[in-house]
Amino acid sequence: MGILTFLIPISLFMGGVGLVAFFWALKKGQFDDPQGDANRILTKDYDDRPKQ
Amino acid sequence: MTLAQRIDRGPEDTGLGAPSACPACVAAPSAERLAQMAGPQDARLMLSVPMAHCAACISTVEQALADVPGVRSARMNLTLKRVSVDADPALEAAPLIAALKGAGYEAHELDAGLLSATETDKQGRDLLMRLGVAGFSMMNVMLLSVAVWSGAEDATRDMFHWISAAIALPTVVFAGQPFFKSAWASLRVGRLGMDVPISLALILASAISVFETMHSGHHAYFDAAVMLAFFLLAGRYLDHRTRAVARSAAEELAALEVPRATVVREGEEVAVAISEIAVGELVRVRPGGRMPVDGVIVEGTSELDRSLLTGESLPVWAGPDTVVSAGEINLTGPLTLRVTAAGKDSSLHRMADLVAVAEAAKTRYTSLAERAARAYSPLVHLLSFSAFGFWMWKTGGDLRYAVNISAAVLIITCPCALGLAVPAVVTAASGKLFRKGLLIKDGTALERLAEVDTVVFDKTGTLTLGVPELTNLGDHPRQAAEVAMALAGASAHPLAQSLVQAGRAAGLHPAQVSDLREVPGYGVEGQWRGCRVRLGRAGWCAAEALPVTATYLCTGEGSPRAFTFADRLRPGAAEAVAALQAQGKDIRLISGDAEGAVADLAGRLGIRHWTAGALPAEKAAEVAALTAAGHKVLMVGDGLNDTAALTAADVSISPATALDAARTASDIVLLGQDMAPIADATRIARQSTRRIRENFSISALYNVVAVPLALVGLATPLAAALAMSLSSISVTLNALRLK
Repeated sequence: MGILTFLIPISLFMGGVGLVAFFWALKKGQFDDPQGDANRILTKDYDDRPKQ
Repeated sequence: MTLAQRIDRGPEDTGLGAPSACPACVAAPSAERLAQMAGPQDARLMLSVPMAHCAACISTVEQALADVPGVRSARMNLTLKRVSVDADPALEAAPLIAALKGAGYEAHELDAGLLSATETDKQGRDLLMRLGVAGFSMMNVMLLSVAVWSGAEDATRDMFHWISAAIALPTVVFAGQPFFKSAWASLRVGRLGMDVPISLALILASAISVFETMHSGHHAYFDAAVMLAFFLLAGRYLDHRTRAVARSAAEELAALEVPRATVVREGEEVAVAISEIAVGELVRVRPGGRMPVDGVIVEGTSELDRSLLTGESLPVWAGPDTVVSAGEINLTGPLTLRVTAAGKDSSLHRMADLVAVAEAAKTRYTSLAERAARAYSPLVHLLSFSAFGFWMWKTGGDLRYAVNISAAVLIITCPCALGLAVPAVVTAASGKLFRKGLLIKDGTALERLAEVDTVVFDKTGTLTLGVPELTNLGDHPRQAAEVAMALAGASAHPLAQSLVQAGRAAGLHPAQVSDLREVPGYGVEGQWRGCRVRLGRAGWCAAEALPVTATYLCTGEGSPRAFTFADRLRPGAAEAVAALQAQGKDIRLISGDAEGAVADLAGRLGIRHWTAGALPAEKAAEVAALTAAGHKVLMVGDGLNDTAALTAADVSISPATALDAARTASDIVLLGQDMAPIADATRIARQSTRRIRENFSISALYNVVAVPLALVGLATPLAAALAMSLSSISVTLNALRLK
């Protein structure tokens, strides 16, 4: 059972990292245009300089 | 956008509403934003580009805009089908729209000032944030719950419950806020909304779980509480997004009404707000401008386009003493009017009053979701309280057991699936319609559209484009046509423009005509091979007027030639009418235009019931009569004369080119030129209403199975979790079946 003292904090921490990453993406507007982003990877225009 | 507005918007851009990891990041504006703020002279233009749909569209649109001088950058948002342009302040939307038209995309200007609220979409991000938090804790709590369900005991179980509590309680407080707020709001006005049982279940589940954990109980409902929050927030977010997309594009298309007018005061021209114009003042209206007031012409001759006001497709001659109404468009020459009625008394406002009357007469539609909630909420509370009472009596006052059971009943019956049942379907359906070029402005519009059995069309601007098309170019010798083209090239009149286009398409080149001069209200004249040539009204060219729309050419040799025009049919109009007829709908055509034009169009489209020369009030009355006879009416129209009828109908559609007032009055906006999607819309609407009903049955079925278990005290947290997730997933999948 001692292993739980490591495993539970680790799993919570990893989940927390995911949550922070989600907040970051949300704040950067990455969910503002999901359809456009899906299509933009098909064009060559943005290969060298990702357009903000 | 002004600097002040830019700064005002700051907190939304940086997402201050969120618990930021680094408060300093928020306090200090980024270098990028500082740079933006330093350049307050930037103009920000927003255009709606409804036909964009692919990767190539993005590059074409952005490239076309970037090539316009003065544009700094353009960024297309494909999800909202909208492009935002950073440009010099001097740049107007017109050249951008022209550039996009050249690239093959139609575009409409959006009001950037109004849009700032939805662009960053604070509310949507807020919901998404809460959804993310609920999702995170749902997964973690579920991990611990599975361990408990699979046999963790005693101290281990208690520890798992405590950790779950530490995750779930803050989550419920944070993620549950939208429900608590709306439940409180509805309780204060003495109603039982859907959010009351939801909030009660969230609070009761958390409270009882904490109590059980403290007393080393076997069952804790932390997972149920966060799962509930997660699924319900998902429904709420879908609902919000559907509405945000529609609102941003439909209601914020820049207003076409003129807010200002040019008034002549003491010999000088001054721009004055329309509300400040007094009766008796002189107002100047340039060619291409819209009449701001009712009045009488005192100076100048021109032609007037009345189609938006009356549905007449023919331009009308106007000279001194002609009476004009607000909303008409001046076509060829500058006019000076003496104001006879302004503001509240003008015909524009009388039209608005007509709309208000129609609005008041209309019965409010109760959506399926509202009806479900009305039946559901009292039933759930009743069940839960009677379970509590029964077990108190049965166990002889075991409060803990009775509360446990009543909480289990609330959690299991909690309308997880019900909260998703409508938004999931509406999102799927409106997404489908949006891709076809239809914007659903109102969530219940689909339900109302599903019941429609009668469709009423307007003619000018709706079934037709309101753009004249030359019909008899082939009847004229090449030379005559080329002279006509040269003359027409000197005018901005719609007939002249159409003649030039038709000539160019046929490969003709304008003849050498010199001394071109436009005589406002009459036509164009010039010198060709030493003779005077004229193109214009019949009387001016000494020609006999034909009963159709035509312009006349006299060259001095032979009799005058007539170039006849017909209003071009909107693409897809014939298909839409045929498809609607095939669906068994009764099609009617009510127009303000002359009988000949209406009869001709009705014949071409195979519409049996038609009315010509209808006044705005008559249109509304006819729609109201149909409604009173028990028909469900869909009105499709674009003009100011249609607004009252649009309001009176059960559900209404207007094209994006329609007047602002008409678009506001209608429930659905047709974004593209093509009209064929209307037939799809009625089909998809009927299908989606069926899906909504199916979803209600599915969630009812789960309750029928699970509620008895909860009532007799057999429901475990595992059963609650299973019932909740299975029903939510099945209603979502059912919604996605929409074809």
